[in-house]
Amino acid sequence: MNNIVEITGLTKKYRDQIAVHNVSFALEANKIYGLLGRNGAGKTTIMHMITAQAFPTSGELKVFGEAPYENNRVLSQLCFIKESQKYPDNYRVVDVLDIAETFFPNWDREFAYALVKDFQLPLKRRMKRLSRGMLSAVGIIVGLASRAMLTIFDEPYLGLDAVARSLFYDRLLEDYAENPRTIVLSTHLIDEVSKLLEHVLVIDNGELILNEDAEELRGQASTVVGAAAKTEAFAIGRQIIHRESMGGLASITFMGRLDAEDRKQAEQLGLEIAPVSLQQLVVHLSKRNQGNKEAIAL
Amino acid sequence: MDDSRPIFVQIAERIENDIIDGAMPEESQVPSTNQFAAFYQINPATAAKGVNLLVDQGILYKRRGIGMFVASGAKARLMEQRKEHFYEQYVVTMISEAKKLGITVDQLTDMIRRGENRP
Repeated sequence: MNNIVEITGLTKKYRDQIAVHNVSFALEANKIYGLLGRNGAGKTTIMHMITAQAFPTSGELKVFGEAPYENNRVLSQLCFIKESQKYPDNYRVVDVLDIAETFFPNWDREFAYALVKDFQLPLKRRMKRLSRGMLSAVGIIVGLASRAMLTIFDEPYLGLDAVARSLFYDRLLEDYAENPRTIVLSTHLIDEVSKLLEHVLVIDNGELILNEDAEELRGQASTVVGAAAKTEAFAIGRQIIHRESMGGLASITFMGRLDAEDRKQAEQLGLEIAPVSLQQLVVHLSKRNQGNKEAIAL
Repeated sequence: MDDSRPIFVQIAERIENDIIDGAMPEESQVPSTNQFAAFYQINPATAAKGVNLLVDQGILYKRRGIGMFVASGAKARLMEQRKEHFYEQYVVTMISEAKKLGITVDQLTDMIRRGENRP
């Protein structure tokens, strides 16, 4: 096993508010992870602890095998791109890139400037005069060109349009293929990034509720739609994560793969089977975790 | 890409389709896993898994240091597989549906002819 992050029983409390509760997971080298969940679920708190910007209340945290706090061996291999990164008032884009070059030992200057061209950033413009999308682009450029062994993007694309986001995914995949490293993408644009991810972590209410290979998750849940009684009959004995009804119709989402027999049975009952996207799955699982127990108790 | 099946399976199927319709001739080089990943905007590990599925079946083979190639006879083997699949997926279901409607095998054959001659 080549784990670059190991977290065991990690908990973070702010006064009497529990932000992260007993979370354990590991990040393996050279994979792209998705850290998913609703706003306020605790994703950012976890990232802050991994990057030594917050202390855990309890639990164990190792990054590159060591405690990250004031540990330059660890921190020099980390790059954390925050949604709300602040810059000194007089900094221009070019100044940010110059400083980044001194921070990150693996910095690729040529790559950084190629990205500046791709994202059409004005190098001489002051950071405080950039649009929201341009600010995000600067973060993306720093994150990619840092080539840090662990690069974390926390909601990196506020204000970026679909074309620029697609450009980000393209450059990320190209560069990752050439220079494998561990990437963590934290986002609520789950459908957009789901194809990029190798592994998925879902945080909800401060807890880790899913830790699974992305490909394993695909087709892991299904929705059947049809006459209520028949849909209910089909769902008996299955692990139901969501149900909706409208008049005599019901739609039930459950975990578990459907085999040929299941499909045949559904067809005979006149039920329609629809796939469940990763985004829908995360939404359903999060809702369930939030105490909407009646949905599963039935 | 659809959400109901693993992406690596879908990647393997697309390569199979390209081999069957001749877009990827036998003994020609196929794109690298990184090229597949970039083209479909998917994780390179996923693309590699799809390609390896076909390597395991002997449809593709590796030449060390050069890349991945379509094996000789790959097309014929895939066609054979697809025919079997066609039988299971279309013929069997068609016959069971026909039985429900009281259509005899002779009537079914007539219908197929009629379908074939449709302008």
